[in-house]
Amino acid sequence: MYAFNYHAPKTVRQAATLLAKNEEGKVLAGGQTLLPTMKQRLASPSALIDLNHAEGMTGIEQKGRNIVIGAMTRHVEVATSAVVKNAIPGLAALAEGIGDAAVRNRGTIGGSIANNDPAADYPSAALALNATIITNKRKITADEFFQGMFATALEEGEIIVKVSFPIPSKAAYEKFPNPASRYALVGVFVAKKGSDVRVAVTGAGSNGVFRSKECEAALASRFNAKALDGVKVAASGLNADMHASADYRAHLIPVMAKRAVEKATAK
Amino acid sequence: MASVTLTVNGKQVTATVDPRTLLAQFLRENLHLTGTHVGCDTSQCGACVVHVNGRAVKSCTTLAVSCDGASVTTIEGIGTPDNLHPMQTAFRENHGLQCGFCTPGMIMSAIDIVNRKGNKLDEHTIREELEGNICRCTGYHNIVKAVAQGAAAMK
Repeated sequence: MYAFNYHAPKTVRQAATLLAKNEEGKVLAGGQTLLPTMKQRLASPSALIDLNHAEGMTGIEQKGRNIVIGAMTRHVEVATSAVVKNAIPGLAALAEGIGDAAVRNRGTIGGSIANNDPAADYPSAALALNATIITNKRKITADEFFQGMFATALEEGEIIVKVSFPIPSKAAYEKFPNPASRYALVGVFVAKKGSDVRVAVTGAGSNGVFRSKECEAALASRFNAKALDGVKVAASGLNADMHASADYRAHLIPVMAKRAVEKATAK
Repeated sequence: MASVTLTVNGKQVTATVDPRTLLAQFLRENLHLTGTHVGCDTSQCGACVVHVNGRAVKSCTTLAVSCDGASVTTIEGIGTPDNLHPMQTAFRENHGLQCGFCTPGMIMSAIDIVNRKGNKLDEHTIREELEGNICRCTGYHNIVKAVAQGAAAMK
């Protein structure tokens, strides 16, 4: 890893000031992606602004009809939170399936969403649940936030502080993990809130997380696994690599969507 | 350079380090606690697992300075040769190791599993929970048996 200047701000405001001062600087959250990337010298930030000592960035609470999660909340806390399990069990289950136990003890929701890895789990939940990403400057809807592979709406000096998830009536996540890396080859998060059905797909898109119009259209009239029978997803715009062809990923999307709907509607 | 203060196995240590010093490196090279192993150095194998504030983390994927103020427990901190931790005893009794390289991480992860999931662990849970710890010798069979026995003995 290349050398960097280290800062441990005590508040989000201090962190934002430091980030603005360090043009080539990066924010360090749980570090479960950033540190391996730096060790491989694929990233060489001039400075790290470490949020691990910043106050007021963790915690989970229900605010009206929303679950609000602090950006530095670790995956293990979301996975085991009684509040999340009760309101959005599909979100707790998703957190329980990220990486491995030690990674979940360290990795954070804010870090995952800010990084927008095309195979990360959380972006699919944020997009399907129509979450709002709350930064030190403004509120951004998930539809506007995710802008392609590793690209987000975050501007310079902008830091995610909280993520707010509207509580759905039904939701679940299913992923087909790459057998070696355990990242999602295809992961599908389905959510129904009132008459609004959203289906977000991670792992498959060559431009990051996206909503499957085909699956959403099929489920709009009837939120039932059978409604997905015969649904075809186009392979154009999907990833093809040594692990799976675009056709195979296209095939897996309705399959995972179906399993997720079965899970979401099971009682 | 940056200052870091940790409580490692109950003893407070303060040092000035290059900020890029990984926790694993700090434990091994500054404190000479070489029981924490670095296997893959890419966050996958789990040989470097230690507890930070009671939670298992991969110390090769954590900066020492990020842990400033934290309490760290390594394999050296859980038992002594004369008075092994119940999980260490279980690994010995079940022959839960061959070369032993992955064992410190296995044991630290196993204790974390018990802390989170309790003393009664079925085989499926143990295998799922050990996803982040790789052993290249044993085929995991005796490790799984050891974790189940150690978990029960930790009651």
